[in-house]
Amino acid sequence: MPSDRSSKAPMGLKIAAAGGLAFLHLPILLIFVYAFTTEEKSYRWPPPGLTLKWFAVTWNRPDVWEALYLSLQVAAVSTLIAILLGSLCAAAVAKSRFFGREVVSLMVILPIALPGIITGIALRSAFHLADIPYSMWTIILGHATFCVVVVYNNAVARFRRTSSSLIEASMDLGANGFQTLRHVILPNIGTALLAGGMLAFALSFDEVIVTTFTAGQEATLPIWMLEELVRPRQRPVTNVVAVVVVLVTFLPILGAYYLTRDGDKTAGHGK
Amino acid sequence: MQSAVLFKNVSRHYGEVRAVHAVDLEVRAGEFFAMLGPSGSGKTTSLRLIAGFEQPTSGHIEIFGETAEGVPPYRRNVNTVFQDYALFPHMSVRDNVAYGLMIAGMGRKARYAKAEEALELVRLPGYGDRAPAALSGGQRQRVALARALVNEPKVLLLDEPLGALDLKLREQMQEELKSLQKSLGITFIFVTHDQGEALSMADRVAVFDHGKIQQVGTPQDIYQRPDTPFVADFVGSSNVLPADMVLELTGHHAAASLRPEAIRIGAEEKHAATVAGASYIGAVTRVSLNFRQMQLSALVPAGVAVPETGETVSIGWDREALHLMERGS
Repeated sequence: MPSDRSSKAPMGLKIAAAGGLAFLHLPILLIFVYAFTTEEKSYRWPPPGLTLKWFAVTWNRPDVWEALYLSLQVAAVSTLIAILLGSLCAAAVAKSRFFGREVVSLMVILPIALPGIITGIALRSAFHLADIPYSMWTIILGHATFCVVVVYNNAVARFRRTSSSLIEASMDLGANGFQTLRHVILPNIGTALLAGGMLAFALSFDEVIVTTFTAGQEATLPIWMLEELVRPRQRPVTNVVAVVVVLVTFLPILGAYYLTRDGDKTAGHGK
Repeated sequence: MQSAVLFKNVSRHYGEVRAVHAVDLEVRAGEFFAMLGPSGSGKTTSLRLIAGFEQPTSGHIEIFGETAEGVPPYRRNVNTVFQDYALFPHMSVRDNVAYGLMIAGMGRKARYAKAEEALELVRLPGYGDRAPAALSGGQRQRVALARALVNEPKVLLLDEPLGALDLKLREQMQEELKSLQKSLGITFIFVTHDQGEALSMADRVAVFDHGKIQQVGTPQDIYQRPDTPFVADFVGSSNVLPADMVLELTGHHAAASLRPEAIRIGAEEKHAATVAGASYIGAVTRVSLNFRQMQLSALVPAGVAVPETGETVSIGWDREALHLMERGS
């Protein structure tokens, strides 16, 4: 019957969809499985046995803690910078008209469109030319370039959907600029900033390419993992760290998704 | 009578664009004043100049005798009902209405009580807990009205507040606004492009075109004695007779307006015209007539025989129906 056909997908399509999803997610499951294997030199399938000992080993490895701590610091600081610069930039682009507005908009988005390797090389040569020693701060600057974009994109979309007469209405009802910011603007763009910030944090936390070019001796968690893979020593430790990275980045992305899900309606439109 | 709002030679230019140009205007305290004009005529810019969202390029604005230059919107005793209502979507109806009072530092209990009073005034009692998104267009409009009125402004500005409502609701709101204004005694300044709305609601009307005021007067003045061809045409689509034709007809060299309902069609009349078409619009039938070099529009009341298209008829009007417009001719 035609009505059945429109509501039920054919079997072939179902299999294809299942295959696609499996292709996307099975390798990630493998990473999880190998975090529990008893064998440490090479990844053999099936794992000869299961153990929790790598979690204890990882816990006691100071280099893991160092890398994790650095990654968290970098992600937190670049997210803060991104929220500040991204929201200010979005406010300027969405709420006022000035010469070169579209150019500014494009220039802010460009870093995420550029391949990371270009950003990385450009920053590295810029740091070199300016005689800036590589440190945690150079990594943060590198990450901020693409974190700003994420916050900006979220904030500018929300600003555009927020009717500008809301701000005028607040002023009209006696609120000065600061009161308007506090009672009207921030509550309206707050979730967009939070979502943008979470995405920025997740992006920064697992970034490899730009970090490779802007780091000195320091290793962020993803860099540490990359280095670890070529060394056949306590390999499952890498997998344990990978599990942690997946969880740490997945939760904020999920949070961002839920925060922006309901934001489709134009704020403040009566019609 | 004290003037609520005074414009002295006020201009607001955006580069080459003269949104408002050399406008003199006096709105009297306690009157219902309409600013009427097509879009881009400067009426909304004038309203925004009063609210303080715009600053004049030149000229002087007074609100109840106090100079308004450099006074930001939040320090003016003027409140606005916005065209899109601009209700805060993250607040309940109650918090929306109480917003101005909260900013003014009034305690929660007192301001919620006043907000409820204001909601009763606009006939929405008990709606305080709802979200603006859960209201209909007409209800949002009333909330916006309550939110403005709760601050007891000296002047209430309304920017095309009925534009988004359907016809029946609009007519109902027109009457409510009118009686609200009478009972509160607050000066209402109302922007609209609908001449019927302006004529039926306002005590006085200012007709705007191209950033200038064409005429200020009572609805009767504007309708029966337009100063310029634009006013004659825009307010109630009057026939505008060119100066040369009026010279032949009357001996005066000036353009003249002739209301469609003032034209009589009958055998005893003295001017010949041919019927170009007729359209039935309810209580009357609108008849298009070719008269000399121009087309005239006449209204024939129901029950009177409507001439056939192509027929030659005699038309005429009372001498005083031909209103000479010395300005703009």
